[in-house]
Amino acid sequence: MLTDLTIAQAAEGLRRRDFSAAELTKAHTGAIGQLNERLNAYITVTADKAEAAAAQADKALAAGDAPTLTGIPLGIKDLFCTEGVKTTAASRILGNFVPPYESTVTANLLKNGAVFLGKTNLDEFAMGSANLTSAFGEVENPWHRTGDASVLVPGGSSGGSAAAVAAHIAMGATGTDTGGSIRQPAAYCGIVGLKPTYGRCSRWGTIAFASSLDQAGPMTRTVEDAAIMLQAMAGHDPKDSTSADLAVPDYRAATTRSLKGLRVGIPAEYRPEGMSAELLAVWQKGIDMLRDAGCEIVDVSLPHTKYGLATYYIIAPAECSSNLARYDGVRFGVRAEGAASLDDLYEKTRHDGFGEEVRRRILVGTYVLSAGYYDAYYLKAQKVRTLIRRDFTSAFEKVDVLLTPTAPTAAFGRDEKPEDPVQMYLNDIFTVPASMAGQPAMSVPVALDSRGLPLGLQLIGRHFDEETLIAAGAALEKAAAFSARPDLRAGAAA
Amino acid sequence: MSLDPATTRRIARLARIGLDDQETEAVRTQLGGILGWIEILNEVEVEGVPPMVGTSMNAALPQREDIVTDGDCQEKVLSNAPDRAGPFFTVPKVVE
Amino acid sequence: MSYVIEGSTGPWEIVVGLEVHAQVISNSKLFSGASTLFGGEPNTHVSLIDAGFPGMLPVINRGCVAQAVRTGLGLKARINLESRFDRKNYFYADLPQGYQISQFAHPIIGEGKIEIELSDGSTREIGITRLHLEQDAGKLMHDQDPKRSFVDLNRAGVALMEIVSEPDIRTPEEAGAYLRKLRQILRYLGTCDGNMDEGSMRADVNVSVRKAGEPFRTRCEIKNVNSIRFVTQAIEIEAARQVEIWESGGEVDQETRLFDPGRGETRSLRSKEDAHDYRYFPDPDLLPLVIEQSWVDQLKACLPELPDEKRARLQKEYGITAYDAGVLVAEQAIADFYETVAKGRDGKSAAAWMTGDFFAALNRTGKSIEESPVGADKLGAMLDLIADGTINGKIAKEVLETMFETGEAPLEIVERKGLRQVTDTGAIEKAADEVLTKNADKLEQYLGGKDKLFGFFVGQVMKATQGKANPAMVNEILKKKIHG
Ligand SMILES: [Mg+2]
Ligand SMILES: [Zn+2]
Repeated sequence: MLTDLTIAQAAEGLRRRDFSAAELTKAHTGAIGQLNERLNAYITVTADKAEAAAAQADKALAAGDAPTLTGIPLGIKDLFCTEGVKTTAASRILGNFVPPYESTVTANLLKNGAVFLGKTNLDEFAMGSANLTSAFGEVENPWHRTGDASVLVPGGSSGGSAAAVAAHIAMGATGTDTGGSIRQPAAYCGIVGLKPTYGRCSRWGTIAFASSLDQAGPMTRTVEDAAIMLQAMAGHDPKDSTSADLAVPDYRAATTRSLKGLRVGIPAEYRPEGMSAELLAVWQKGIDMLRDAGCEIVDVSLPHTKYGLATYYIIAPAECSSNLARYDGVRFGVRAEGAASLDDLYEKTRHDGFGEEVRRRILVGTYVLSAGYYDAYYLKAQKVRTLIRRDFTSAFEKVDVLLTPTAPTAAFGRDEKPEDPVQMYLNDIFTVPASMAGQPAMSVPVALDSRGLPLGLQLIGRHFDEETLIAAGAALEKAAAFSARPDLRAGAAA
Repeated sequence: MSLDPATTRRIARLARIGLDDQETEAVRTQLGGILGWIEILNEVEVEGVPPMVGTSMNAALPQREDIVTDGDCQEKVLSNAPDRAGPFFTVPKVVE
Repeated sequence: MSYVIEGSTGPWEIVVGLEVHAQVISNSKLFSGASTLFGGEPNTHVSLIDAGFPGMLPVINRGCVAQAVRTGLGLKARINLESRFDRKNYFYADLPQGYQISQFAHPIIGEGKIEIELSDGSTREIGITRLHLEQDAGKLMHDQDPKRSFVDLNRAGVALMEIVSEPDIRTPEEAGAYLRKLRQILRYLGTCDGNMDEGSMRADVNVSVRKAGEPFRTRCEIKNVNSIRFVTQAIEIEAARQVEIWESGGEVDQETRLFDPGRGETRSLRSKEDAHDYRYFPDPDLLPLVIEQSWVDQLKACLPELPDEKRARLQKEYGITAYDAGVLVAEQAIADFYETVAKGRDGKSAAAWMTGDFFAALNRTGKSIEESPVGADKLGAMLDLIADGTINGKIAKEVLETMFETGEAPLEIVERKGLRQVTDTGAIEKAADEVLTKNADKLEQYLGGKDKLFGFFVGQVMKATQGKANPAMVNEILKKKIHG
């Protein structure tokens, strides 16, 4: 089935003219038609645009010098502004927003020939770890526990992207990761998710959540596909002052790199009390696989790990409280009716337009920045952040890459969602530290747990050394031979 | 850590998020919980540690040349306005 | 010069500090590539960055940074090689992002100073606390619609320099002198046009009062005063208000106030409960701004001569008075004009002509020095005609007036109108003889001791020659004829 191909296989097939881009896109839009109503992975499907782009792709392929992603159908997280296509951030407040511009990352993908199938669902403004906060409905994880039909969450915030890729209704998708929003849903959905180094992908045109943390990255079914997509997404952008002015290496070449002598660090602090034996076993399996591939395993310590989450839940809300001030119902977006004064307009629009979790984070952020609290919260958090970064810096003096679990559990049931927001935040416990320090990190699916759900392991690398992540990730992938697929996917009995 | 209702209302006002009394109370409890949890940071000794500023690995702020490269796109600027009057955005009348 | 308010409890002195927002002269905005041109169609000089669209990011304009550094150098201030941008968070309809990007904790320019001159000829130094770069806001219009205000973002994002003085100012006159001097320096530097009418320079005035020797008392900030005259008025009125409160046993509240020139009062701008809490924090979209000392040195080397130095040099080089030099350096263009006229000529007479008849003629015609129909070369040529005796000073006034009307060269006018000075002894003697004959009675009175009549004879001879006679020769010939 065309929808079962990887990006690498499909690109080859297109070049061999085994099938056309039009056929490949049609296979995907057809599958979306069948599955999206249930999965709710896409907020907006752009089938017509996709078909037109596929026709263009076929011309380019026929002409011969088509770039790598020509004709490859992708899902785009609805946080990337796409010119002329509604972009909502899964929020009511942007429910009618049509950007007159294209984000740098999606523009780069388009330049590389990609076909966009539509805009994938997410937690509102990327704030969430379970895709339960979208104004356009919850996303269903295509995986189910063996013999148990209960609906599971896909993780978040890039849950729509993860579900779409896992369900084969996109060959790959873009995600954004602020505290784990690519890696954690990738782990929950049994796919590969790569968060590059902060500054590797431009943030221009991507709706901001927390500017010092947000980073775009690929979500795919294989490490090689992630390398191919990242190649196209990454690059210096003078429109983003924090974008790194560095050449983008050949990521795909890294997939076949030898791991002989690579030093892999195992951080002691990623083994909190109460961690499931199953997860520990999977982690150990990953360690063994890398050792077998020629790596040297080294115990390391990242002593400030346990402060990562609290630090994150000061800094991210602080930045979001400021970044989301522009949603005021004046220049774009949805405006509340019947406001009597300017302040009334703001208060109504922002009350009605934002969901509960977004409001909560804006309020926390407002509080920690307010007069008298700045030093105790924000400044303190930025200092702890320095310590977290120093942890990584000293660890990377001893090792080349770190291996940890991606998330503390497998995907959980929609009904099992904790009431306490703090409990929910704990999902990001292993992903947040790398975000705080700007390190690149990747989740790779390694095994199924006893209930038939995928578990992922996380690789964390040095700044701008995505190549080592890709090399180690490819080795893990090969050794794990993770071939399980969710029951809910294109071509499977739905 | 618990938050008093007046502070909760002041924060909501600063953030321009209108909350009714019930919502204010719910937010007060949740914020209190989150802020209490954050207090784990009190354990960390940060004496002499500089705050991290940004995450970018760039050494310094890139600067652009002083030339006009943008603007002159009135229709784009106004294209999403929830309410407009000719070339203007509008807001409920402001008394200054 | 001391300024005191005589209260019922004795004299009060005033303490004033000024925060001036000066719009940076640049082609494009501080963080976007949109034009800064004044007066475009609404919402045309606006990029999606200025309008705060989702995902838009700021990139700083090096030209604006250079302007701030130049200004800092002109204010003899410390240049901070590393500075930072913070977000100042508040909601208002003219602020698209919901925050202003400004420099709060680490401004680009630190302490400096300005020397001001007062009307009694004395000078004082006023300290500068800091100068920082920040974004301007958009504009609201309230008169077009009964229910709505309209928003135009053309100004949103234009670079401003906020220049903060120490609370060193003690009189309304000093505040005026400070603003004039600051404006003069900014104009010389070409970093701000100083046009208060168009809002490119606006002042926030911090006023408090105290008894001599006391520490500072509570101050009020009067926002956005848009002329020097209003600044001095606002200070007088606000200081009087505060004295009255203190003397009646009240407390002055620290607050922001507005000056209403129509009613001659200041009034509170916002209630206390709604006090701002700006929640400043470093803008995560921007890194620290780091500039090189070598670049600063380069900018310094290219700095124009500033008013203080220019005045001292003009005095020394052209031998003119401090007063005249002060008038001539008021604007760079005037000083340049003067130097063109004075170069190789008599500097004093050039200064006298410029500050006298020439400025009077400009005033009369309502023209600026740049629009003067009489260029420096022509004014110089006229001075040459005086110096070489072609015309005398009296005729020169007439020639200058004609130059303003027709734009002709002075010699052309002299020839066309036959204004050449009469130096022909015979012609003057003939006129003198006629005058003395015609006024034999007056001659007798003069010889009888009425000395003042000599001036009358000179006048009559000049009149007979249509003013063209060389006045020195007329004197000499008359003396010879009368006294033999
Ligand atoms: Mg101010
Ligand atoms: Zn200011």
